[in-house]
Amino acid sequence: MSQTDRWLLPDAIEEVQPPLAEHVERLRRRSLDYFQRWGYELVMPPQAEFLESLLAGMASDLDLLTCKVTDQSSGRLLGISPDLTQQVARMDAHSIGREGVARYCYCSPVLHARKASLLSSRNPLQLGAELYGTASGDADLEIICLMVGLATDVGLDTLTLDVGHVGIYRGLVDRLQLAPAQRAELFDLMRQRALPELQAWLEQEVDDEDARGVLLALPGWSGGPEVLAGLSDRLARFDVAGPLAALRSLVDTLQARLPEVTLHIDLAELRDYNYHTGLVFSLFHREHGHAIAKGGRYDDTGAAYGRSRPATGFSADLKTLAKLTPERRSARPRRIYVPARPDATLQQTVRQLRAEGEVLIQGFEEVAAEARTLDCTHRLAEHAGAWHIMPLDDAHSGLDSTTTEGLKTTDG
Amino acid sequence: MIDQASGSPITIALSKGRILKETLPLLAQAGIEPAENIHTSRKLIFETNQPGVRLIVIRATDVPTYVEYGVADLGVSGKDVLMEHGAQEMYELLDLNIARCRLMTAALKGHVMPEGRMRVATKFVQVARRYYAEKGRQVDIIKLYGGMELAPILDLADCIVDIVDTGGTLRANGLEPLDHIADISTRLVASRAGYKTKAARLQPIVDQLQRAVSQAGKAA
Repeated sequence: MSQTDRWLLPDAIEEVQPPLAEHVERLRRRSLDYFQRWGYELVMPPQAEFLESLLAGMASDLDLLTCKVTDQSSGRLLGISPDLTQQVARMDAHSIGREGVARYCYCSPVLHARKASLLSSRNPLQLGAELYGTASGDADLEIICLMVGLATDVGLDTLTLDVGHVGIYRGLVDRLQLAPAQRAELFDLMRQRALPELQAWLEQEVDDEDARGVLLALPGWSGGPEVLAGLSDRLARFDVAGPLAALRSLVDTLQARLPEVTLHIDLAELRDYNYHTGLVFSLFHREHGHAIAKGGRYDDTGAAYGRSRPATGFSADLKTLAKLTPERRSARPRRIYVPARPDATLQQTVRQLRAEGEVLIQGFEEVAAEARTLDCTHRLAEHAGAWHIMPLDDAHSGLDSTTTEGLKTTDG
Repeated sequence: MIDQASGSPITIALSKGRILKETLPLLAQAGIEPAENIHTSRKLIFETNQPGVRLIVIRATDVPTYVEYGVADLGVSGKDVLMEHGAQEMYELLDLNIARCRLMTAALKGHVMPEGRMRVATKFVQVARRYYAEKGRQVDIIKLYGGMELAPILDLADCIVDIVDTGGTLRANGLEPLDHIADISTRLVASRAGYKTKAARLQPIVDQLQRAVSQAGKAA
């Protein structure tokens, strides 16, 4: 790297500058407060763990996302966390070890060795919530409502919620008794929905005509809640009654509970759901080409740490949410310029206003240009031995109305 | 059910060139016609006779990118381009059965392949790498953008991986087709996000195109 391009960052590694950084931080606090009001307890998994802990029971996709380094004290490989879900599963299974229902939330940076998808950052700020200890559909419902509620709370609207159940695909495939390599090929074709290739593959590899027809029809069973009508009869021969009933029950409840959200059902959705075992869901926003949050049920993950617990949860990249949410500058508190004066009264006023929550920025030159450079909208001005807040551009206004209280009402 | 995305237009990305010529009649049968002559205009975005449906005309290799980023909801692209792109965030919904050809390896007639690493010239770098890896053959890939046939003639490469239609260009340059890698045709692809958020408006277009393809198949 030459001296002239030392400022360059690696592909998809982002820094967050003002004012977006302030906005991200405000959203982080707001989101964690929101989770707390639902009873979710904050956890902070470490940034690195032994690689086999991080990847226990996980698909190869996550392995490829994981940056690896050698631990100099043990000689073993460490992985930089690419996904907090697995770490929370370890904490719930072993470190915390609580019986019964447990609710956790988190918000920490993770690192990806390469981009997980075209639009994703390699250093997302992963925000999420996980609910352990119950296999009830009500837990999935709570997580979905929490996910949608959070998105709404931070100001996102026109949301589309995509729901599916990986148990339906698995139920169909299990009866075919395919070899592992065949399962992988079918999974890839279904994930891409390469329909022409899927048809050719099924004709070549699957003898059961009924199963062939159903697998080929599966990608077409997507759309509004009406796609579920009549499926019980069509799939009666297959061992998918449980997943289908769970999905139908969830959809019925969601229609009543979240009428403002467009609901999309997709029985063939397998992407991003490698370790999931039941209901899966993604949230889409009209201004973003990929899902803004996603999650689902994953009941087997804790087994790798000695304690299998039913679990469901969701996560999102907080930076993506921040870029889509409308506030930013508007929510920024006013910035007040403090002139460079060796005045004890001035310093006393500054201390008092900061204690009240105002933002005061010390000037060094006492010129209006400096105040504007520092993005100040107001300044402290002296009148009759006392210091008052007044608008930066209102140098000739009378000082009688420039008390803090007066400005709050007139300056809005 | 509310179609919350009904305000935003449906954007269909079309590949320039031969695919475009064969795609427009299918779109017309599906009831979508550009508001002006696509072949003579220098514009890149075209409104259509259907309100809220627009076409963009771009290089074939760019179509998967527009669709995968979600800025185009549907795209028309050759399977060769899709294989090379390795798209993750899109679905292949339909074989439009047009611009059919084959992806093959080819070499000079009688050329003896080397024992060790083989040099392969191609613009399909990812496809070639995957193909030879599956065959268990170690190769050096040489990326070229066109005129592949020249590479074996000037001994830049031992063989090439390229699209073969009639095989006329190969024969004219003393090459012969060798291994068949894949049958290629043109596909209708959809962005994953568009497919879910605009389902109510996209599905009728997909269904109409499906009928148009079936009718074209019967006519042939």
